[in-house]
Amino acid sequence: MSDLFGKLGGIYLLPVALALIAFVLIGAPSSWLTLTVAGLAMGMLIFLMASGLSLVFGLMDVLNFGHSAFVSFGAFVAASTLAALSGWLGAPSILLNIAALVLALAAAIAAGLLAGWLFERIIIKPVYHDHLRQILITMGALIVAEQLILATWGGTPTNVPRPAFLEGSIIIGDAAVEIYRLFALVLGAVVYLGLYLLLNRTRIGLLIRAGVENREMVESLGFKIDRLFIGVFMLGSGLAALGGAMWAGYVTLITPALGAEMLVIVFIVVIIGGLGSIQGTLLGALIVGLSANYVGFLAPKLALASNMILMMIILLWRPNGLAPAAKGH
Amino acid sequence: MSLLSIQNLSVSIGQYAVLHDVSLKVPQGGVFVLLGRNGAGKTTTLRAIMGLWQPSPGSIRFDGEDITSLHTSDIAKRGIAYVPENMGIFGGLTVAENMVLATANGTYDPQRLDWVYGLLPALKTFWDKPAGALSGGQKQMLSVARAIIEPRKLILVDEPTKGLAPSIIDAMAEGFREISAETTILLVEQNFAFARSLGRDMGVIEDGQIVHTGTMEAFAADAALQDRLLSLSAEGAA
Repeated sequence: MSDLFGKLGGIYLLPVALALIAFVLIGAPSSWLTLTVAGLAMGMLIFLMASGLSLVFGLMDVLNFGHSAFVSFGAFVAASTLAALSGWLGAPSILLNIAALVLALAAAIAAGLLAGWLFERIIIKPVYHDHLRQILITMGALIVAEQLILATWGGTPTNVPRPAFLEGSIIIGDAAVEIYRLFALVLGAVVYLGLYLLLNRTRIGLLIRAGVENREMVESLGFKIDRLFIGVFMLGSGLAALGGAMWAGYVTLITPALGAEMLVIVFIVVIIGGLGSIQGTLLGALIVGLSANYVGFLAPKLALASNMILMMIILLWRPNGLAPAAKGH
Repeated sequence: MSLLSIQNLSVSIGQYAVLHDVSLKVPQGGVFVLLGRNGAGKTTTLRAIMGLWQPSPGSIRFDGEDITSLHTSDIAKRGIAYVPENMGIFGGLTVAENMVLATANGTYDPQRLDWVYGLLPALKTFWDKPAGALSGGQKQMLSVARAIIEPRKLILVDEPTKGLAPSIIDAMAEGFREISAETTILLVEQNFAFARSLGRDMGVIEDGQIVHTGTMEAFAADAALQDRLLSLSAEGAA
């Protein structure tokens, strides 16, 4: 039985199983389709935010509770860029629409990379190998980052304009599927593919995967893992900022508390997926995204608790998460 | 002339002083065996040479250069390979990927690879398998293969026979004998029979201090000395 389960895709079938169960429970195909696309899009956005944290956790053994500061930072930088380019956003030219979006996302990523570099050098470097200090200092850094965002952008919720070409929905049968959600789905898939190729088809990726398992041995083979650390940390913060920018467009109204709000869900995804594993993070993110949407529809009162319940069930079944990176020897 | 020279090396891990004033000279060529009981400081000595523990104080010179304060990766680049006690295999990577990481630029010299295959034939058969799926003996072979896939000046090997079947140990001894013809090996071992079959020079470490150095031949012939330093007379005779 377990062999058959494995041959069919094993744990990677879980989102499909979840969608099938939801299809039976929801009954109406149009509602199911809308919720499924929304769940997958939400999952992909969470994946963008969480993938870097998972790698940083796995490779550097760093508990970075400040990771979601990059999410906030990316969201606000993108919102400001989009606001500054509001003329392009509403223009009838789709090229100007796309240019505004690309510039906003690029600005968010650049801000994330820079913030990540500063964060690693100033905050993280002095506390490598000390989990307690990591927790304290990164939590403190998250609070400082929130206050910096508050001081820069103000406390009133910031409206995030969307490019005109991503507004509206596509009607499939009786179901309305938001174009922005489809875009988020495609972007998340492209980023996943890029990360997959980076980790599995390049020497740098090989070093990262090896470093997640055994840092000392990578150094004993002649590689400076510190440089990898900085690179991975910046990659993770850049991806978090991209996720934040996309999330800002998804919810269209953001506050400086965005990072703290996303912190719990990002950690849940990383823990469910298994530390250090991009595949695991994607799997965890999709399951969390789908279940949040299905539970929100079927049992709204359980919506807030659903992620915690999901995490407890999965950890009881697999204490190391669904697909953790191999670790140790 | 010594390839590796350790002078007055002390290492503390946290509050515990593990090595005290260790001095050791490993000559060029052959196998130098460092014997000692569990917890004597053998592994710490190898890790200090690799820069994985920082000495305080003490100095380590390798091939005429002071490497005491070098980063581990720079020490590896000087031509020192490390086969740790836990083998240090990347279980999530394939055997081939493990091997490619041990090369300086990501490519193998085909002739060298053939030589490695000749020494460790089983390696070829599990080349594309995930390293985590290998048996203990196969992992040990991979760990050694990784250390010799490129020419090195010194290989540090930490208890390679631990937990292995006698037939594999015999094959491993044969492999080390051939490797030692081109590379100096510093072997840390508790299996005296294995160590005796390979070692030319040797030292004994006890409670973090070197208590004896000399030739293996002389040490193997002196049962009283073995008994005093290692309580190994029964095992040594085996």
